[in-house]
Amino acid sequence: MSAAWAIVLAVGAGTVALKAVGPVGVADKQLPPRIAGLLSMVAPAILAALVVSEALAHGRSLVFDARIAGVGAGAVVAVKRAPLWVVVLAGALATAVARLAS
Amino acid sequence: MRRGLRIAAPLLPAAFALGASFGVLARASHFGAVAAVVMSATTFAGSAQVASVSVLGAGGGVAAAIVAALLLNVRYAPIGITVAHAFRGGTPRRLAEAQLVVDESWALAGGGTPRFDRGVMLGVGAGLWVVWVGGTAVGALLGGVVHDPSAFGLDGAFAALFLALLLAQLRSRRAIAAAVGGAAIAALLTPFTPPGVPIIAATAAVLAGWRRA
Repeated sequence: MSAAWAIVLAVGAGTVALKAVGPVGVADKQLPPRIAGLLSMVAPAILAALVVSEALAHGRSLVFDARIAGVGAGAVVAVKRAPLWVVVLAGALATAVARLAS
Repeated sequence: MRRGLRIAAPLLPAAFALGASFGVLARASHFGAVAAVVMSATTFAGSAQVASVSVLGAGGGVAAAIVAALLLNVRYAPIGITVAHAFRGGTPRRLAEAQLVVDESWALAGGGTPRFDRGVMLGVGAGLWVVWVGGTAVGALLGGVVHDPSAFGLDGAFAALFLALLLAQLRSRRAIAAAVGGAAIAALLTPFTPPGVPIIAATAAVLAGWRRA
């Protein structure tokens, strides 16, 4: 099986199960607030790590290159509440332009 | 459910375009077009899908890509629990309807408030699912010509997208602390561990503020 299909199957099955936890599993019970609060902090922690990894990591080194321009442009349009596809487009364009210029 | 579709209407073109972006990014990380479309149809969670594709593209390996994506979707356990009382019927129906819970459908239907409307959630979720899968198909076909994540600045686009998704999550001091901690862990570990590991290790940042909670 290719890497892509292994990911598609495992992430798909895992996500179906995670989404089912509430509606199928617990019906009327509630999580203790501390646990619920902890679980809701996982996404911001990982997204921040993904920003660092995509913007700065190159293998095992941290480098400042054209991707910084992409992140900056994306941040500007995101703060102005542009839809996410505009953020993607702005990030790609700024990165490509900065790469050509350097 | 009709009301949900009406509420979702302004979001649909943007969701289609974002689905297309995922299709292009997936092809750049050596996903086939069919794999990308099947992932959108079954996982139906944008940030996790882009994360797994990004970790794989950065050389992080299959296991790290899977773990990073599932950790991002862990939030659907508490989200689903907040609305569990509104679901009706037997297990198959609950299982199917639960798949339409995504951040947008949950929020627009009043998730986390006593006014949560399951019909609106289903309408928004179903509308988004159709354009997300359709957009992925279009992007995956267009992206067939891209074989390198750095072509056309796509590597910068990944980073910009994760930053925008992160900004939408920063609704409390604790969330900001978790994000700062996660970024610091990732930056510190990058020189010492294989790609993918820093992202998973960043989960430890949720323990910041644990005692104060």
